[in-house]
Amino acid sequence: MACAAAIFAASGCATTANNPKDPFEGFNRAMFAVNEGLDLVVKPVAQGYDAAAPLPVKVVVGNFFGNIWDVWTAVNNLLQGKGQQAVSDVGRVLINTTAGIGGAFDVAGEMGLTKHSEDFGQTMGKWGVGDGPYFYWPIIGPRTTRDTFGWMLDTYFDPVWRIDDIGLRNSLVATRYISVRASLLPADKVVEEAAFDKYDYIRNAYLQHRRSEIFDGELPHEAVDEESSQ
Amino acid sequence: MKALFSLLFALLTMVAPAVAQELAPDAMVRQVTEDVLTVVRQDKDIQSGNTRKAIDLVETKVLPYFNFQRMTALAVGRDWSKATPEQKKRLSEEFKTLLVRTYSNALTSYKNQTVVYKPSKMQAGDTSVVVRTEVVQPGSKPVQLDYSLEKQGDAWKVYDVVVAGVSLVTNYRDTFKQEVSNTGLDGLITMLSNRNKQLEAGKK
Repeated sequence: MACAAAIFAASGCATTANNPKDPFEGFNRAMFAVNEGLDLVVKPVAQGYDAAAPLPVKVVVGNFFGNIWDVWTAVNNLLQGKGQQAVSDVGRVLINTTAGIGGAFDVAGEMGLTKHSEDFGQTMGKWGVGDGPYFYWPIIGPRTTRDTFGWMLDTYFDPVWRIDDIGLRNSLVATRYISVRASLLPADKVVEEAAFDKYDYIRNAYLQHRRSEIFDGELPHEAVDEESSQ
Repeated sequence: MKALFSLLFALLTMVAPAVAQELAPDAMVRQVTEDVLTVVRQDKDIQSGNTRKAIDLVETKVLPYFNFQRMTALAVGRDWSKATPEQKKRLSEEFKTLLVRTYSNALTSYKNQTVVYKPSKMQAGDTSVVVRTEVVQPGSKPVQLDYSLEKQGDAWKVYDVVVAGVSLVTNYRDTFKQEVSNTGLDGLITMLSNRNKQLEAGKK
């Protein structure tokens, strides 16, 4: 307990950090605390799902929602001028919806059509829209200003949110949320032990991750050396 | 026991560079990864979350190929040049312990993943290179796992590990910088060593 207090005291200082990318840090940390609270409920549900569902079931659930998202990925690849990838994404949806039985199996992936992951935030990033201030929202978590708008558009066009049957829609949204949370369970322990200030660790990781996504992982690893840190 | 362990460790660090120098960086990453995965695939203890066993595995199989001094310098950033040799040594030791634990924890979540090695763009005479790999898992998008390596004498050493675009090393920069400006380099050493002690005490 004394240890925990020491850690808390040590990381508490970081609250005063002035990160130019995070001008609303006070608000964000409050929302972060809200989400940590919500996670006390969400995490056990995700753990229950993770323990109860055998691996093939989890894979099928992941594939099913992945297949729906592939449609939007194709649109975004097209908007980013990556025609070849868009064609491959459309091919994936066609193959997986039919031969893959409604998207349950990633047959196209086995055939060599790699899964991509795109969203409108990345598209705007590719178009040159900057990050803008960083936010930590309740429920949805970290988003830059650009990615917040991107998320709104993603959600607007999300086929799952467009289902007319409210009951079905809500169960699908909930299932997807839990499935995503469950897939993050292994990362929990890593982050808990690696991070001194979880908020700060997640913020840095999110910003680095998004930057890499916008460049499709082909980010030139600049020779970061100790003298040239920004 | 402790003496035996340090002896083993000394032996390993002497032997490892001799092996490493014959290997190109991409071949080295592949060999070390496959060695580690072979063990993890057969070890139910590691798969069910035995961090201690995973740490032992990482310490013997992976550690010799990492340059922790360089990693620590990257994580600390500008303040590194102000550190005394003694401070550098202690910082590197503590940071190494923490990173090994992080890496080991990641191993314990292994579930049927396979690793795909991408061709690396490298020219003769290069002294630094990024080796790109992809962790393929059923039901979700592959996770990119990149290693930055630098030539040290005859051997290649990893100085950064980048998971899905996130550098496990530079992700600490803001936190470390803040700590150094609040409590100095010794404060940072204390922060790291307290965390390591706390994690060590909490382990099963």
